[in-house]
Amino acid sequence: MDFGLSELQLSMQENVNRFLDEEASLDRVREFAASDHSLAEDIWTGLVNLGVVGVLVPEQYGGLGLSAMDAAVIGECLGNHVTPVPYLSTCVVAPRAIALAGSDAQKDEYLPKIADGSKTIGLALSEACAARGKNGASVRDGKLTGTVSFVSDPHADYWLLADRDRNLHVIAQGAQHLEVKVMPQVDRTRPLCELTLSDTPCDSLTNDGANVLERVLDVAWTTLAFDTLGAAQSMLDQAVEYAMNREQFNRVIASFQAVKHMCAEMAAEIEPSRSLLWYAGYALDEASDDAHLHACHAKAHMAEVGTFVARTATVVHGGMGFTDLLGLHYWFKRIGFNRQYLGGPEWLREQAAIAQNLAA
Amino acid sequence: MDLSYGPQYDTYRQELRDFIERHRDQAPRNAPLKSDPAKSWQKLLIEHGYTARTIPKEYGGHGGEPDLLKAQIIGEEFARAQVPGGLGGQGISMLVPTLLELGSEEQKRQFIPPTLAGEMVWCQGYSEPNAGSDLASLRTSAALDGDEWVINGSKIWTSTAHLADWIFCLVRTEPDAPKHQGISFLLFRMDTPGIEIRPLVDMTLAPNFNEVFFTDVRVPKEQIVGKRGEGWFVANAILGHERDSLGDPNATLSRMTRLIELMKEETIGNERIIDNPVYRDRLMKIQARVMSLRFNDLRVLSSRLNNTDARLPRMISKLQGTELRHELEGLAIDAMGETGLMYGASEFLRDGGSWQNQYMYFLGLIIGGGTSQIQKNIISERGLGMPREPKFDQSTTKTN
Ligand SMILES: Cc1cc2nc3c(=O)[nH]c(=O)nc-3n(C[C@H](O)[C@H](O)[C@H](O)COP(=O)(O)OP(=O)(O)OC[C@H]3O[C@@H](n4cnc5c(N)ncnc54)[C@H](O)[C@@H]3O)c2cc1C
Ligand SMILES: Cc1cc2nc3c(=O)[nH]c(=O)nc-3n(C[C@H](O)[C@H](O)[C@H](O)COP(=O)(O)OP(=O)(O)OC[C@H]3O[C@@H](n4cnc5c(N)ncnc54)[C@H](O)[C@@H]3O)c2cc1C
Repeated sequence: MDFGLSELQLSMQENVNRFLDEEASLDRVREFAASDHSLAEDIWTGLVNLGVVGVLVPEQYGGLGLSAMDAAVIGECLGNHVTPVPYLSTCVVAPRAIALAGSDAQKDEYLPKIADGSKTIGLALSEACAARGKNGASVRDGKLTGTVSFVSDPHADYWLLADRDRNLHVIAQGAQHLEVKVMPQVDRTRPLCELTLSDTPCDSLTNDGANVLERVLDVAWTTLAFDTLGAAQSMLDQAVEYAMNREQFNRVIASFQAVKHMCAEMAAEIEPSRSLLWYAGYALDEASDDAHLHACHAKAHMAEVGTFVARTATVVHGGMGFTDLLGLHYWFKRIGFNRQYLGGPEWLREQAAIAQNLAA
Repeated sequence: MDLSYGPQYDTYRQELRDFIERHRDQAPRNAPLKSDPAKSWQKLLIEHGYTARTIPKEYGGHGGEPDLLKAQIIGEEFARAQVPGGLGGQGISMLVPTLLELGSEEQKRQFIPPTLAGEMVWCQGYSEPNAGSDLASLRTSAALDGDEWVINGSKIWTSTAHLADWIFCLVRTEPDAPKHQGISFLLFRMDTPGIEIRPLVDMTLAPNFNEVFFTDVRVPKEQIVGKRGEGWFVANAILGHERDSLGDPNATLSRMTRLIELMKEETIGNERIIDNPVYRDRLMKIQARVMSLRFNDLRVLSSRLNNTDARLPRMISKLQGTELRHELEGLAIDAMGETGLMYGASEFLRDGGSWQNQYMYFLGLIIGGGTSQIQKNIISERGLGMPREPKFDQSTTKTN
């Protein structure tokens, strides 16, 4: 019985955190936010050198072949540092989907490029979960037509797209009859765009797309929850640190019980959530029957806790919390993004109910 | 990560399940203290090592080796089967561990065996009218007169005082010492002359706790645990255990299972409650929290087994466990609506009225054993390293 992070996971986290502390400071994040959102090459290369980018790519394709839980705890570090890289898409969801649904040729084509960091793959999956509006893409004669929104990474080399029948396809940047329109959004660490396709060529993943999509989404939700966990922990740490140094009424504000209790409540919400997320990651890797249920609950519950922490930690900072100067809002917005992206908490709780036959 | 307990523990769990099934009928339901069904169930469980498992045989326990996983499995399985485990009560859950740690050999032999057997019932005399959260300011005094302590003062919220044979009691023996260093931990009989018990009815309308008054109560000098003035230390040796046991996630999990069934049975209009998306969403929200606390508990267990740090997850368990349980019971009442108002002898009760009862009872547990606010002080100070509460300040006390 051992319910905790492994030595390997802890040392990966230590390495990634050390790198991000040094090379992906808030100043660097600001720079990215103000840029055209093309890949942050310096950070990306650092992550490639740490081996992190190929975490889920099987070893035979040049990756580390590690588990979903390993990938998720790395995601926690990125959330902690509000790091603007296409990790969820390129390093977690795409390699899982291609490894599960791709043909041998498709695996040979994409997986080595993911592992060595030479190509990035964005996600066009929003129509497959909690779809908003009537968008979606359909296949006709092996080509895709339609509009898909909230697609990640406008500058990606490829996108992984789920069509209306929940089958998966890879589309290349610059493909014929493909229009990419940036969708400006609140969180500027994770850019979004809309793709308009009209008989656009694509590379369809052939093996049972729909079923694979369900399994891939479980991994995506769990990883997003870990991203929020990391961001929430950072906000709590920043709030405590700020409160220990800020003086009002001739006392550090950390000595006011109202402030102490805000911090205690954040910790009291974060710690059990962390335990839930650990189990969700574990269940994915064990492929246990309750993996889907826990993935839904992990993302939904972490969204609620994240929202609470984001608000409370900001309040502890007083007026400074509200400023761009301090930059706390990058974490606030990161948590807000993770809450809605690929399904908000209400929708996910309904999925959790369905998974237990409590709803149709 | 490895959540399996190992094959020998799977066997152990299966044996325990079989045991519970075989003996389920003998399990006492609401049996009074000291009644035969309660005592013989306790005896059976001790024999099989399902309660008092690690307490030495010479003190009436089972004499097993410490084994955290077995202890965990026992907790899980009795909760799952909704069959009472061994006897609880403050004598068994608080005094026995205290004596094992700090009692004299004589005290262990005298008190532990009858307490474990359910023949000697205890109450906990800590809180006073003016010493609740600030327990260390207690004033009940004990002065040495020859070979006896002479006790004067009063206690309040003393659960089961009216049923207890003995009390373990915090008293001030060194009036001139700093407040934490002037307290002693005494044991005495509840039928000692000079003790008066007045029942206090709680909001469940059960006479669960009492006020207890002491007037020149004389107690033999040697009935003290630890030394004079060390009572605060003695009491604190096990306060953490009490906190761990309040809001037990295994019990909450089995209530959750029952709540789902209840929501399938209850209707509003022509619709089952579970089919109503608003109620269902509330259920799912609570379910995620129940799961979180259950895995939190596993994390604490794992940290004990593997010697890793789990201070924060442990510190939050009383706060979150009791508040969540209160909320869960409250959802059941909302699911029943007006049926949830029924009480006492009503023929319309569901599950014997346990939801109404537990809803109120857990409000009591949010307060008892260190209130939620006190827990938040502890979490922020000891968990997050924030400043301690300021010391006594004249200007904030009430003016008469
Ligand atoms: C949108 C916005 C517009 C503003 N506009 C103006 C303006 O036009 N003109 C102007 O003069 N000011 C303005 N302010 C400043 C505003 O009045 C201050 O931000 C506010 O009074 C809080 O002070 P602070 O930011 O220094 O936070 P702090 O006082 O440092 O508070 C930090 C945290 O400590 C808590 N805290 C502090 N003292 C105590 C205590 N005694 N007990 C318990 N908790 C305590 C606070 O609640 C907060 O959570 C504005 C602020 C904002 C956010
Ligand atoms: C069901 C039940 C059973 C009990 N059984 C026993 C028993 O068997 N034996 C026994 O000795 N005692 C028992 N108690 C007493 C229990 O330990 C006390 O009720 C508890 O410690 C709170 O003390 P109090 O009631 O005096 O409230 P107070 O301490 O007066 O608290 C009143 C309010 O003030 C808040 N408050 C107090 N101090 C602070 C602070 N420093 N910071 C922030 N907020 C604060 C509290 O959180 C609470 O909201 C029982 C209580 C209950 C409810």
